Parts: sequence; C-alpha cells; structure tokens
Amino acid sequence: MNTSVTSIKLVLLGEAAVGKSSIVLRFVSNDFAENKEPTIGAAFLTQRVTINEHTVKFEIWDTAGQERFASLAPMYYRNAQAALVVYDVTKPQSFIKARHWVKELHEQASKDIIIALVGNKVDMLQEGGERKVAREEGEKLAEEKGLLFFETSAKTGENVNDVFLGIGEKIPLKNAEEQNNANNERESSTQRVDLNAANNGANANGGCGC
Amino acid sequence: MDQESIDTDYDVIVLGTGITECILSGLLSVDGKKVLHIDKQDHYGGEAASVTLSQLYEKFKQNPISKEERESKFGKDKDWNVDLIPKFLMANGELTNILIHTDVTRYVDFKQVSGSYVFKQGKIYKVPANEIEAISSPLMGIFEKRRMKKFLEWISSYKEDELSSHQGLDLDKNTMDEVYYKFGLGNSTKEFIGHAMALWTNDDYLQQPARPSFERILLYCQSVARYGKSPYLYPMYGLGELPQGFARLSAIYGGTYMLDTPIDEVLYKEDTGKFEGVKTKLGTFKAPLVIADPTYFPEKCKSTGQRVIRAICILNHPVPNTSNADSLQIIIPQSQLGRKSDIYVAIVSDAHNVCSKGHYLAIISTIIETDKPHIELEPAFKLLGPIEEKFMGIAELFEPREDGSKDNIYLSRSYDASSHFESMTDDVKDIYFRVTGHPLVLKQRQEQEKQ
Repeated sequence: MNTSVTSIKLVLLGEAAVGKSSIVLRFVSNDFAENKEPTIGAAFLTQRVTINEHTVKFEIWDTAGQERFASLAPMYYRNAQAALVVYDVTKPQSFIKARHWVKELHEQASKDIIIALVGNKVDMLQEGGERKVAREEGEKLAEEKGLLFFETSAKTGENVNDVFLGIGEKIPLKNAEEQNNANNERESSTQRVDLNAANNGANANGGCGC
Repeated sequence: MDQESIDTDYDVIVLGTGITECILSGLLSVDGKKVLHIDKQDHYGGEAASVTLSQLYEKFKQNPISKEERESKFGKDKDWNVDLIPKFLMANGELTNILIHTDVTRYVDFKQVSGSYVFKQGKIYKVPANEIEAISSPLMGIFEKRRMKKFLEWISSYKEDELSSHQGLDLDKNTMDEVYYKFGLGNSTKEFIGHAMALWTNDDYLQQPARPSFERILLYCQSVARYGKSPYLYPMYGLGELPQGFARLSAIYGGTYMLDTPIDEVLYKEDTGKFEGVKTKLGTFKAPLVIADPTYFPEKCKSTGQRVIRAICILNHPVPNTSNADSLQIIIPQSQLGRKSDIYVAIVSDAHNVCSKGHYLAIISTIIETDKPHIELEPAFKLLGPIEEKFMGIAELFEPREDGSKDNIYLSRSYDASSHFESMTDDVKDIYFRVTGHPLVLKQRQEQEKQ
C-alpha cells in the first residue's frame, strides 16, 4: 500500500434535492443524471486525488436521506475530517438550512473539521432560473465561520473538482499521516479486528484453542 | 422540512430503534420493502442505546450532580457512550455473520475483548484461550486437563454423518450430564464448561439433551479460535453504533427515518381488527404490518417472570487481578454464591471510546432472585475495587403474547440477561420468518465502492 495516501472521511449535508449526491457523482464518475431519484443503495463512494505528490482518498458519506426528519445518527459525524454543506442558489430556504448544518457541524463534529460551503445549481441561472442567494451572502457566511466557499454546477461540472481539491489542500497531510501511524500502532496493540478479512481466513472454521 | 412530499404508504412500519428493530429494518429494506422507521425518543438505540454521562445521570439519579462537578470528575460529556444493556459479540456468532453479509462492518470498527474471566472460590481466573494458557492455568489439575482435552477433541471432530466421531453419544438423546460422565469430568470442570464456555446462566441444561450445549461450546471454541484472546468482540464507541449502522443500511436502501416522533394513535382496520397505520405529529402513515419493541404495545406483551438488575459502575483504574486488561468479562457461576443464576460483569474502557481517558466502565447484571437485588450484586462489586460512581436499574423482561399473525403486529422481546447477542439474533430471524414467510438467507451485498 502506498504510504503517502491519506484517507479522509467527508460527509455531505444540505437540504433534500440541493444536489448533494449529484456533486459526488460528478466528482467520482464525472457523470450527471437528470431527475435522479433520491439516494438509494450507495454505502459510500471513494475517490482519490493527488495534490502536491500526496494522494488523498476521499471516503464520501451520503446522508441517505436521514437528515430529512432530523434523524442523522452521531455515527455520521464521527471522525469526519471534512464536510460539504450544500445549498441551491435558487432556493433561499436551502441557504437557511445550510446555516443550520454549519452550526450542527461545529457542535457535533471534531473541532478541526474542514467545511466547504457549496452553492450548487448555478447552471440554472443561465437557463432562466432566478438567483435567490447572492454570492456575497455565501461568501459572508463562509468568512464568518471560517469555511471554504464555492459555487458549483453538478450538471456542467463547473467548479466541482475545485471543491475537493480545495479541501485536499487544507487537510494537514503530514499530521494526518502521523496520526494514521499513531493510530496503527495503537490499533495493533489493542486488537482492532477486521471482520471481513477474518471471514475469508482459514481460521473461521478452526478447531478449539483451549 | 418539505412536509408536502412525505409518502404516507409503506410496506412495513417499524417502531423503536433498538438493535432488533434496526437489523430487521435494514434486512427488509435490502429485500426491496419500503420501510418507515419511527422512534419516540430523539436518539437511536431504544432500550439498548449507548448514552452520554449527562443522559445517564438524568435517567438514573434524582439529583444529578452539577455540570461543573461532573466535568471536573469525568471530563467531556461527548467522550462518553455508556451502554444501557451490556453485551459482547461472539466473534463467530450470528450477529457477526449478519454484520459481514450486510456490509455494516463498513461503518463500525471492532476490537477484541482482552479476556474472559471466571470466578472460583473468591478469586478470578482467566479462561484459557489457547493450549499454552490451558497448560499453565490453575483452574484444573493435570489429570482433569487431559480429560478436558479429550472432551474438546470430541467437540471439534464431531461430524453429524460420521457415526464413529460421535463416540457412542447421541446429542438428541443423551443429556449433557451424561456427556460429562462419559468423559469423566468433575463438578468443577462441568461448572467451567457449562457457565464459562456454553454460557448457560443456570444448571437446567445438565438434564436436557446435549445438542444445544454442544452447539454453544462449539461456537465458543470457534469464536476464540478466530482472533485468539477471547471469544468476544466489542464495537468502538459502544454498542449503540450497531443500531445506527443497521439504520444507515436501511436508509441507504430507501428506508425513511423519523426520530423524536411519538405515536399519537395506532389505527386498526374496522372490519378485520388488523393493524392499519399510525398517527404522529408528522402525519398519518399506513402499512399492512408493523414491527415494534414491547414499549410501543405494552398491552400486547406479557412478563417473562424474569427481572434483571443492571449496575453501571465507573472506575478510574483497571479491574484488579486482570493484568490491566482494557476489556474483559467476568462470570460468577451461580454455585459459587449459592444462587440459581450467574452474575456477569462486562468491562470496557477508554480504549473503546466509551469513556474519557483513564476511566473504565463495568456493568454488572443478573436475574433477580431476592427482594434485595442490590445486595445480590455485592460479590461482583467487591471484585472491581474502588467505584467512582454507580447507576442501578431494574428491568422486567417482556415477550409478545401472540405471534402477530392475527393483527399483523410483530413484537420483539426485551433484551435478556445473557452476555452476548445470540438470543437477540434468534429473535430477529424468528420475526423475519413470521413477517416474510421465508427464512432469512444472508447474501453478500454487491461491491459498491467505486475506486
């Protein structure tokens, strides 16, 4: 395994139908699906990017709709090192919700989480849609709360990769690596186990150790 | 919240987010059923949740200590995930199997429990996990060890269709006591095998056919063989991660989640009296059937006659005489204390991210036999050394009155006093069968990770 790969757990937050999954689909597969059904069946997606000779592997967690009725589990935020808070530039309500998620992240997630505020669906402005959230509003919120800020279109791909590159650049690679090493050491001494690996192991049907 | 677009019709409504309900919810969603999962509480886990220290004080103490005092003694509230029901996973058990086949292992990390200990004549001893430990263990004399070895060889080489491997024993006709007799095992060894390996909580099994005991011992041995130190696994951040993981599985397959949503009314069909739906603050939802924990339909449950006392103890030191183990189980067999059922102690620590640095959580549990249940736990308290804080609760165990076929209301059982999840997964499989009409067959989920 390449030792300079840093794994980053990235969580998605935002109101329903702002395009959270579409942004990920664009980033991971460079694809876009019109009228996409709400997220079904994706545990999490991964994508690697290389930044200054370091490889960052994003493990992207979708809310799977659990945010809709305030039912996101604490597990979702656990150990997340980065978050995308997404809103729809044509829907002011989704921006109010974005403020709520930023607050929630500061309360629930780890202190040094890197948050990117993302105004999505800018393509709709060219297609006659009306902008309801000014770019300045987004910038202001980002500045106040120390967030990265982007406006994107998952449909055209505009700025989508920049969001992830921006996060990748802010991730303290060295620290993450050291932390990984430290974790590995600790893990081996305290018996963390990989259930799936064991399942394929020859030991699964082994005899009695007594 | 865009309320106008909430679907009102589902295939299944599930009430309560205990682990039993969350596994069923996940399995049914993967099967393609449209599931609505509701909990009256604002957190996952139901009766078997893992809670923070402040929630624990609120639940168990009438006069909780101040936030300042609590934080100065025990650190940040967020660092605590205290299980309300103590259990471990058998490494080769059915829950592990379900976790692997549903891929929920992706969301939860597990650690081995460092050791299993058994109480004998006032002291605790490590249950040997391999041959080397067995040879040096003071639990048995040298000749008894040889007999024990023969017995375990019989267990591991037994094949159903090879009569010679049965050594003349019939698992369905011979009692377990007769099996012990055949191998010449003494009382102390019987107690060790029956309580520390087969994990029976009383001695009723001795006069029953040997098969269930055989299967339990085999499971124990295979579980120890899997990772080496003990047969048990425990999830990082506590048992509450398990229902959350299965809820995520359900959601990923289209399940809808509503926490903090009490049931205002249960609707029944006028003509048949069968379940029709539920009324909540978010609207009325309908489904042909409902799966729920006993707290949602108390009138449809009855007491099993058993009551369990559980004592959650916070320590600021490892348990004495355990080589500073970060996690362990202690079994106090009933006969050692002149009781009818065993006392269990489950110990985990900051190594599992369930408490702040330097702390240990010990949960003592047993089936109540007297009218002074807290005194019944005394021998276990004594093993732990100084205790910083203690939370005690008594739970009556409930089971459904009917199998659900009449009214389409399928109820789970209360979490019992056993030290592992095997009876819980039996309940899951039983409910799954009654709900779907076919037995649960676990299939590997398709590989979905895209590189």
